[in-house]
Amino acid sequence: MLLALGETMAELVLHVNGAVRRTEAAADEPLLWVLRNRLGLTGTRFGCGEGQCGACTVLLNGKPTRSCLTPAAAAADAQITTIEGLERDGRLTPVQEAFLEEDAMQCGYCTSGMVLAVTALLREHPRPSDAETLQAMNGNMCRCGTYPRIRAAIRRASDKMAQQEATHARG
Amino acid sequence: MPVADELDKVLEVELQGIRDRVRAFELDRREFLRLCGGGLLVCLAGPAVAAQESGRRSGGHPLPTEISAWIHIDPSGTVTVCTGKVEIGQNIRTSLAQQVAEELRAPFASIAMTMGDTDLVPWDAGTFGSRTTPTMGPELRNMAAGARQMLVEEAARRWACDPSSLTASDGKVINPATQAALSYGEITKGTKLTGTVAGDPPLTPASDWKIAGTPAPKVHGLEFVTGKHRYPSDIVRPGMRFGKVLRPSGFNATLVSVDSSAAEKMPGVQVVRDGDFIGAVADDVWTAEAALLKINAQWNVPPQISSVQLFAALKKGAGDDGTNRSADVDAALAQADAKLEQTYTVAYIAHAPLEPRAAVAEWQDGKLTVWTGTQRPFGVKDELVRVFRLPETQVRVLMPDMGSAYGGKHTGECAIEAARLAKAAGKPVKLIWTREEEFTWAYFRPAGVMEIRAGAKKDGTLVAWEHHNYNSGPSGVGTPYAVKPAVTEYHEWPAPPLAQGSYRGLAATANHFARETAMDELAHALAIDPLEFRMKNLTDERLRAVFTAAADKFGWGKEKSTAQRGFGIAGGTEKGGYTAACAEVEIDPQGKVRIRRLAQAWESGVIINPDGLRNQVMGAMVQAIGGALFENVQFANGKVTNGDFGDYRVPRFHDTPPEVEVILIDRRDLPPAGAGETGIVAVAPAVGNAMFAATGQRLRNMPMAVKNSV
Repeated sequence: MLLALGETMAELVLHVNGAVRRTEAAADEPLLWVLRNRLGLTGTRFGCGEGQCGACTVLLNGKPTRSCLTPAAAAADAQITTIEGLERDGRLTPVQEAFLEEDAMQCGYCTSGMVLAVTALLREHPRPSDAETLQAMNGNMCRCGTYPRIRAAIRRASDKMAQQEATHARG
Repeated sequence: MPVADELDKVLEVELQGIRDRVRAFELDRREFLRLCGGGLLVCLAGPAVAAQESGRRSGGHPLPTEISAWIHIDPSGTVTVCTGKVEIGQNIRTSLAQQVAEELRAPFASIAMTMGDTDLVPWDAGTFGSRTTPTMGPELRNMAAGARQMLVEEAARRWACDPSSLTASDGKVINPATQAALSYGEITKGTKLTGTVAGDPPLTPASDWKIAGTPAPKVHGLEFVTGKHRYPSDIVRPGMRFGKVLRPSGFNATLVSVDSSAAEKMPGVQVVRDGDFIGAVADDVWTAEAALLKINAQWNVPPQISSVQLFAALKKGAGDDGTNRSADVDAALAQADAKLEQTYTVAYIAHAPLEPRAAVAEWQDGKLTVWTGTQRPFGVKDELVRVFRLPETQVRVLMPDMGSAYGGKHTGECAIEAARLAKAAGKPVKLIWTREEEFTWAYFRPAGVMEIRAGAKKDGTLVAWEHHNYNSGPSGVGTPYAVKPAVTEYHEWPAPPLAQGSYRGLAATANHFARETAMDELAHALAIDPLEFRMKNLTDERLRAVFTAAADKFGWGKEKSTAQRGFGIAGGTEKGGYTAACAEVEIDPQGKVRIRRLAQAWESGVIINPDGLRNQVMGAMVQAIGGALFENVQFANGKVTNGDFGDYRVPRFHDTPPEVEVILIDRRDLPPAGAGETGIVAVAPAVGNAMFAATGQRLRNMPMAVKNSV
């Protein structure tokens, strides 16, 4: 049954960044608002609420997803990764390092979504072609126009991951 | 709430050591200095202060008025620099800190910038006009140099030696004779050193810079890649509720009737009415939005012009009655071998910052505090003082580094709305504008019509120039080419159909587009290479240098344009920045156009941070592609009809040329100019000229390729 907009709260159990998080939310409340306003994970940004800009990108079971258009209830069974969940033991991922090293940002408002979209891209295509990069990234907007640097960060992250693989294989 | 606690901790750290000053501002300056406690406090007073004073409109600010910045060094050696400038992605938090570190001889990491908090920083007109680097930078350098001198003198007093025998470096004063060293923290411990720097202490020449002039990494970069940075939208306060505002159904609408009974019946919903202002407050934003949908309001929207009638109405409204023609130009044109008389236009475009307007407002004991994204924290404060009829001391505006603005966040609408809702709710209220609101109820870069008449001799010498700009603005309207007579005028449209205001580059984009396209037209008419034609008429060495640098890097003239590939060039100067761009466009068999390559040279005096500068210029080039090719606000019957990112197209990855090159010229002999804006002006004409070179079709209206761009 579709509940009336915003009028009936229900308990919601989400799996966010490896932890079980319980909260109350309206049945149709977007995941974005639940993450930001109920779970305090403000690293997921609001850009348009229309699925057009990618600022609100999170990973659902590893897949980049627009949290502004995803009802939180629909994400109840998924493993949700937000920007806050990428670090492991206080260490940045190669993608985060690459964005820092390339200074691939200006205001940084798109960065959370960009980093998560690139994380998913490189998991699927460790050495993405230009077409694969475009396909994966075209939905993420940077109004400051740092795309050339983000492209460089993608290449750098890809190199870092390949190096880690090689080190791993040798070890 | 855990979130609020976390945030309080963050704020606590930020305010540590300077909290006392918050209250101190309500007292006079001597009190303010006394309350500052231990450490060294140095204030800057100088000629720049007078200039700022003249820009003040409302006056009566409670801050010490004779001071334009201050710096505090605490016993741990942490240097806090307070400035009214704000960080919006242009990287001044980093570049200003570099300059302070340089003159103070302190480690870069020891500098903490407190920016845009009206209770903690000196009054400032705002962050716009590419003014931070040419004005605030030198002011902070003066202040830091003065502070260093005071530290050296204090060390000399303790050591009972001559200050001129001492040196300062890496946060320490050193006595080379005895090898003794005192850290700045040790010097300031237990003392209450205060001083005012006036005049111009000797500054470190750029040739000796060790921290300024280097690609220092972005301050707080880590917080952006981990999501920890708190933008204005991310501020959380204890007990905070969420607000929404009901918008009229069109511009200039008046409220006829409203029925909010259904919304009022929703649990936890408060409807707020104040004249035509209607809003809803709830514990969560989703419920507030649902409440808004249940409010039934009738509006009367008066008839008004639509985008299809724009340019005719604009020229008429801006007073073009056909008489704006110079007799001198008429006479000079009689001597010309090639003549041009053309009209160029630019559309209304939106800033579309990725973070929409956002504000969190809180009333406590009669004092209003608002966290909001704005380029003018003191301007927004003035608006709040006026609207709520409060004393100056009872309003505080804080500007956390925001999700950019590009000239689009000068005003305080969202702050006022949040404050109104919070006042009614008796709780802090957060308001984030929707994308549609941002596209509709913000303001726009003005549309404009540019008319140019010009002529040149066979050998390429310009003999006359006349350029009228209707509505888009005067900046960049003058020509940098050596030509007489040159008549350039701006004609204002007093009652434009859309709210219009500041924008990155503002009118310089429109005027450069018109002028540099016209120059290209004349060059082709004379069958002279467009670069050669420009150089023939260019005496400004700085502009010549960027044209040469861009052309060299691009390989201008090495290949001829074909029907499939066109090359174009354009350049200019505004706000102390000099730039020239070369573009290569590709036209596929279906006639679709793609920008294959852009190379742009940039010179704005000495470079403070080459990496940050390169980032700014490259970003401006990419952003310029939107206005050049497809950005265009459409409106009809008082409504914006393409107010979302599906219909209003901004540059994305696939619009970004495979090659975007920036060539920086570092003029260590010249003072630095701002670089946030002028990097945007040369791309559109360079691309248009490249398209002409390939297709023979002259494009005189921005956006140039609504249908045919890839």
